[in-house]
Amino acid sequence: MFYRDRKEWADLEPVPQDDGPNPVVKIAYSEKFSDVYDYFRALLKKDERSDRAFALTAEAIELNAANYTVWHYRRVLLQALQKDLREEMRYITDIIEEQPKNYQVWHHRRMVVEWLNDPSEELEFIADILSQDAKNYHAWQHRQWVIQEYKLWDNELEFVEKLLEEDVRNNSVWNQRHFVISHTTGYSSPAILDREVQYCLNQIRKAPHNESAWNYLKGILQDRGMSSHPGLLEQVLELKETHCSPYLLAFLVDCYEDALENNNQKETLNRALEVCEYLAQEKDTIRKEYWLFLQRSLESRFECIDVLLCQGISPLLKSDIKNGV
Amino acid sequence: CLPRPTLLREQHYQYLKKGLRHLSDSYECLDASRPWLCYWILHSLELLEEPIPAAVASDVCQFLARCQSPTGGFAGGPGQHAHLAPTYAAVNALCIIGTEEAYNVIDREKLLDFLWSVKQPDGSFVMHVGGEVDVRSAYCAASVASLTNILTPKLFEDTPSWILRCQNWEGGLGGVPGLEAHGGYTFCGTAALVILGKEHMLDLKALLRWVVSRQMRFEGGFQGRCNKLVDGCYSFWQAGLLPLLHRAFFKEGESQLSRQRWMFEQQALQEYILLCCQNPAGGLLDKPGKSRDFYHTCYCLSGLSIAQHFGNVDLHHELILGKEENRLAPTHPVYNICPEKVAQALQHFHQLPVPENFFFSFLFVSLRLLH
Repeated sequence: MFYRDRKEWADLEPVPQDDGPNPVVKIAYSEKFSDVYDYFRALLKKDERSDRAFALTAEAIELNAANYTVWHYRRVLLQALQKDLREEMRYITDIIEEQPKNYQVWHHRRMVVEWLNDPSEELEFIADILSQDAKNYHAWQHRQWVIQEYKLWDNELEFVEKLLEEDVRNNSVWNQRHFVISHTTGYSSPAILDREVQYCLNQIRKAPHNESAWNYLKGILQDRGMSSHPGLLEQVLELKETHCSPYLLAFLVDCYEDALENNNQKETLNRALEVCEYLAQEKDTIRKEYWLFLQRSLESRFECIDVLLCQGISPLLKSDIKNGV
Repeated sequence: CLPRPTLLREQHYQYLKKGLRHLSDSYECLDASRPWLCYWILHSLELLEEPIPAAVASDVCQFLARCQSPTGGFAGGPGQHAHLAPTYAAVNALCIIGTEEAYNVIDREKLLDFLWSVKQPDGSFVMHVGGEVDVRSAYCAASVASLTNILTPKLFEDTPSWILRCQNWEGGLGGVPGLEAHGGYTFCGTAALVILGKEHMLDLKALLRWVVSRQMRFEGGFQGRCNKLVDGCYSFWQAGLLPLLHRAFFKEGESQLSRQRWMFEQQALQEYILLCCQNPAGGLLDKPGKSRDFYHTCYCLSGLSIAQHFGNVDLHHELILGKEENRLAPTHPVYNICPEKVAQALQHFHQLPVPENFFFSFLFVSLRLLH
């Protein structure tokens, strides 16, 4: 039944939308939509703080859960009318289950959790949403907020491991792994770093073309030095024979680049340039422009001292010549 | 042998022309995003080099004026609260129109008040009063502030360092610090830093590696996140990063940059868009099987433009897949409106003085001191 026909609402004059005389992007609202929003606008204009207003916000939300003005108003009413926040939690749980990819619903839940100062339902609720879509960005964002705000780190690594067993290619879970470890033990201790490197290599052996595992391996080593981890380069070269992938080859380039930064050797540079060529021309041709750029870049940065000396040019002068000085 | 792919110009034009006036009730879900609809459609038309009739342009101006909040900024529709996303869209739409009437719609003083009202002590911005924080807000704020010449260093104090915290172990950026790297958020964070002149603070090499890795070797289009599916809209959010990075590396003195190509496979992206993302009745889409919409129309076309045009004012190299008629107008990789419209807007607004916002900046600074 339309609001315009309800006698309990007869005192309120609906406010039609002011689109002007020559509207653009004019939406052909259904009768129900126009009716609800005409009354919403009326309530907003009056700043009416009543139960009937509160009930109407739920209808307006159902018609367009992305209307952040309605959500804001609902929150004002929740506080003004001292509404039962536990009941609001039940409400927002249902709405998120129906529309899990909407910004406003998750923000609203966060506000209610903050007001209640009670995160006790969150991890289980989010786990349920993730069981339906394991990569829902809003869900992971909410999960990280809850964990960080309420210090609920204890079981999260276990949760991560469970999800990686279900799908080792879920990049959101690898990100969560990094989130948990960097905020708890950190990666500084050799024991942890080694554990993580071994974990990666094991996942790679099981699923060699999983880019997430390779990215994670690089991600945890890049600031510490790829070539610093003893025996890693050798392990990767071994894997190259049976578990090769463009990701393995890219990782090799990164190892060589790191090695060059510490010890500029012609042989290392040549290997790096060779892998770049292989990637550009054969193994990762979609990224040809990038691999060729990287190749030129490495060549330019690490051009060998003995080559320059053979040409009778001081390496310092050579870069001046190249830069047109 | 495949026939040369064709951009269905006429069909897209009819779809856009209609949508600018009327939308079906399936668009009720975008009732709080109507300035976006204006921008998506107007930008698509400008890429197709279809003129906007003066009457229509004026109607858009008047509509967006009704979306402007009395307290500053633009809302998703008349009578709604101001929000950074429709503010971004409205300002862009008005700049595309580019008439005096369009520029005059924007209340610059109030817009500055609005930006201050959403600024957070840690350098971030909420999307609207009482709303959520993520890196989109910094981009929306920086975009409108720079175009309308209301940008002050104080307004964006600590914003670059907050954005930097969004760069993660993958090399891309997440929506807030700690989150998975994602194409949309990476674009917003990077473009915001470019506007603020602080893009060099990022680990550009790690970012470059991340974004080039998002191009799908089989489909040719881009994914939004590692190990997820291709989507036509990332043709802009992801591929659009390459012009930004090219410029950033160039500014850093990088000598090995190509003078002809961006560092992604331009032809493959054009193939994906033209062969897989067009609806025969007009409009573009995510991937085959999905429905057309104005968001995907805007960003697929924007990505197609990026893939067709290399260079800047001085150096321009085109790579048009298929007929010459497939050629779109170039787009500015920071604002995603045509470069001439950016220049024109900057020229117009830089003649005007930066508003001195006594109340909000004073209030903000004193709140920070108390915090």
